[in-house]
Amino acid sequence: MEKSEITTKLQTAIAEEILNLPQKKIDPNEPLISSGLVDSFSLVDLAILVEDTFNVRLDDTELNSDVFDSLSRLADIIASRM
Amino acid sequence: MKQNFSQQLVHQVKHFPDKEILHVLIGQDYKHITYQNLIDGSLRFQRYLDLKGVEKGDVVIIILPHGLDLIYAYFGCVLNGCIPSIMPYLTEKLIPEKYRQDLEALFRITQPNGVITFQDFLDEIKFLTADNQGDIAIIYIEDIDPNSQVIGQEGGLEGFPGLERKADDLALLQHSSGTTGLQKGVSLAHQAIFNQLESYSESLKLNSQDVIVSWLPLYHDMGLIAGFLMPIFLGIPLVLMSPFTWVRAPYLLFKAITDFKGTLCWLPNFAYNFCAKKIRPRDMADTDLSTLRAVINCSEPMRKSSHDMFSEAFKHYGFNPSAIATSYAMAENVFAVTQGGIESPVNYDVIKLIPFQEEKIAIPFDNDGQEIVMVSAGKPIRGTEVNICDEKENFLPERRIGEILIRSNCMLRGYYKRDDATKSSFINEWFKTGDYGYLAGGELYITGRKKDLIIVGGKNIYPKDIETIVMEIEGVHPGRVVAFGVFNDQKGTEDVVVIAEIEDEYVDRINDIEAMIRAKVTKESAIALRQVLTVNKKWLIKTSSGKIARALNKEKYLKEIDQDY
Repeated sequence: MEKSEITTKLQTAIAEEILNLPQKKIDPNEPLISSGLVDSFSLVDLAILVEDTFNVRLDDTELNSDVFDSLSRLADIIASRM
Repeated sequence: MKQNFSQQLVHQVKHFPDKEILHVLIGQDYKHITYQNLIDGSLRFQRYLDLKGVEKGDVVIIILPHGLDLIYAYFGCVLNGCIPSIMPYLTEKLIPEKYRQDLEALFRITQPNGVITFQDFLDEIKFLTADNQGDIAIIYIEDIDPNSQVIGQEGGLEGFPGLERKADDLALLQHSSGTTGLQKGVSLAHQAIFNQLESYSESLKLNSQDVIVSWLPLYHDMGLIAGFLMPIFLGIPLVLMSPFTWVRAPYLLFKAITDFKGTLCWLPNFAYNFCAKKIRPRDMADTDLSTLRAVINCSEPMRKSSHDMFSEAFKHYGFNPSAIATSYAMAENVFAVTQGGIESPVNYDVIKLIPFQEEKIAIPFDNDGQEIVMVSAGKPIRGTEVNICDEKENFLPERRIGEILIRSNCMLRGYYKRDDATKSSFINEWFKTGDYGYLAGGELYITGRKKDLIIVGGKNIYPKDIETIVMEIEGVHPGRVVAFGVFNDQKGTEDVVVIAEIEDEYVDRINDIEAMIRAKVTKESAIALRQVLTVNKKWLIKTSSGKIARALNKEKYLKEIDQDY
């Protein structure tokens, strides 16, 4: 899967399933975690979403803004593990 | 129980030096801490406090992330006769400037004599070294040699200042979150805390087979009392993990219960939903929750649906639904006011909706009209009395809804250095909780709050703090912002909604302003907003005195805007 395809899938899934804001268009470089858009209670949901959609497991310890904070960075991680 | 914290800890060390009292999850592994380890680690801090001139009776603020240093620093303060208060650690979401403001608010009122933190934190507490702060000892954990041998084996448990503290001396301060909360430190005496531990352990039927498992933060009363001081002082093994670990890997709580045969666990209501929804079967192999005899719901509004969701999700792992328990608690009473669900399952009171809303009376449902299910918080613990009063401060009979008053042998001494706030919280010797509820069959049912407090995931949020943040944004009409909580059934906790009136010349930029509101509130309060609504001028309802009426605007929002609730 191309990175752009991963990014598009993440954009839709995060807006719909995690943020509950289906109309929202998340910018690939927009901070997700440090901005509070994805709060700490939703990080597990994000890990589950990534695993269900891409069959890539994010470790509990990777769920912080130092590892990834934007869609683009998350897509890189996913692409590297597919 | 002994006279003070130090004597009680020393008593345990003398009798059970090799007993593993703490199992603390650090990284991937548990550190097993005996009473001897605990006092050795703590005495290093005690000696260093002494060296830095911090004396008994001094207030010491501890700002450390979850871990062994936090535990040792706390008991180091205790052994030195100090009055410790744990301050939440700066999280990645919160901007340092705002955190600094909160700290300054705390220091201005509390005027502590010492701070224990680590060197990386220097920037955050620089203001302390400014001239106007007086003498304050700043202690960095890096300066305390972890390998220093502190005590000899013989007679090493005598002579430190904490042993001399009197039963009615202050033992600790407890702050809740946010600028407003930090300005009201609940001060508690040794005797009050011991009275609470004695009564509460009776209500819980606490015994030598018990093992407490907790992920709760120690700066909160539930974590500090139920998930820290009670087990350590009473010799009940405690399994401790960080809230940051738990929120990213909730299954670790259940693994801990399985591995250590946990019997007791305290959770805020939202955590029942959170655990039930965010556990993956793959992580739950070999989980056995049959040892749990009470999972106690506490610290935010309790819902039957959350209990049902939890029971359903975990019955496959041996969880017994009758282990669901409830408690009404507050730092002002040390911790528990009531406890339910220990000897018999939690009671649910099904009442008629309309008289409840309109006449403030809880009439049992008789299959006519609409119903509402209330969750019992149980009966008052020994030594604590509960009463309900109306607006004119008259006591009300059972099933009449009014403000909850409490009177007890474990009451706060006062809000630290805030005699004004202390005085206004009492009617004679009755403490006004600010919560609404009713009594039925001697059990307490909580129905709501008099104050506009919002509780998100067990954390108290003052709407005024959020509104102040939003009003600083360009384009937002000053003074015309409202923040309130709306209960979210899926999450089992409140969501925060902000409504802000926008200046006419900014209406074409509302998307930017909404994004700015979200970002600023998150950075300055660590709260993610559920909905930000920008409205035209005059949308918000004001009271006759010109103040924004939160309750009325919440009602308007629920009627006109929100369709999900």
